[in-house]
Amino acid sequence: MQLETAQHDGLMVITLLEDRLDAAIALDFKDTMRDLTIDAPPRVVLDMQSVRFLDSSGLGAVIGAMKQLGSTRKLELAGLKPAVDKVFRLTRMDSIFTIHPNLAEALGPLPVDGAADPKGRAHAY
Amino acid sequence: MRIEHHLVPENPIEDTSHQNSVELRLVFPCTQSNVRLALASVMAGLGAMNLSEDDNSSIEIVLAEVLNNVTEHAYHDEGVGMIELQLKQTQSGLSCRVIDTGDAMPRNVPPAGNPPNPDCPLEHQPEGGFGWFLIRHLTRDLAYMRQKDRNILSFRIEVGQSISRN
Repeated sequence: MQLETAQHDGLMVITLLEDRLDAAIALDFKDTMRDLTIDAPPRVVLDMQSVRFLDSSGLGAVIGAMKQLGSTRKLELAGLKPAVDKVFRLTRMDSIFTIHPNLAEALGPLPVDGAADPKGRAHAY
Repeated sequence: MRIEHHLVPENPIEDTSHQNSVELRLVFPCTQSNVRLALASVMAGLGAMNLSEDDNSSIEIVLAEVLNNVTEHAYHDEGVGMIELQLKQTQSGLSCRVIDTGDAMPRNVPPAGNPPNPDCPLEHQPEGGFGWFLIRHLTRDLAYMRQKDRNILSFRIEVGQSISRN
């Protein structure tokens, strides 16, 4: 499973570089999210723009990843493709997450010139 | 994995020039990776139906949930046992039948698939139980039969019928 992380001010971005978040990788995904977010800031944004398909196991893993963050931190979602968005909407689980249309919206206004670039890392599991 | 992909006339007696229908039959050993391969084959095979992205995603979601259930519950994730998937394009959508020789469903009844509750406190929010809700929500005429050592689940997914309209 391929993921990338980037640290911004008070915000961590985790980009899932997989075509599918399904039963075949759901448990690995949840465990990996736990490892990656141990020292996460209050906001964690999961960028799902690469994910074309999500099944109920994948949905459960995203909910699990949110629960792992506890009550002081939040998992937000960005870049849901239509089939992924549909599973969130049909199950009404879209209402328990803050969902951004894309990562840029999640990050808010662009930083002023000279601001430090985010520190990024790639992870393979 | 054995894949049979036919483009056959739905009713050879009538004028078939605009009534070609897609039929697919897949038989494969039940592992999670084979479910992925089967879904890819099915979605490629159904390309001839020229469905909308929305219809395609409904089909992929339903079939993923059904095949995952067979793999996990009927065959206990042991990777032993075959799944047979039969799909046929009809006037009323995509007619589907899934056959396996794993354990029967509890009390021989498919789960109700109760709607999830987003208002439940996060720490108590279930991380599962969405599969049957999605299956029941996106299908019609769902029927389950235990026949000797076989589970036979049949249902219909309503989709646009662009081929018969054209």
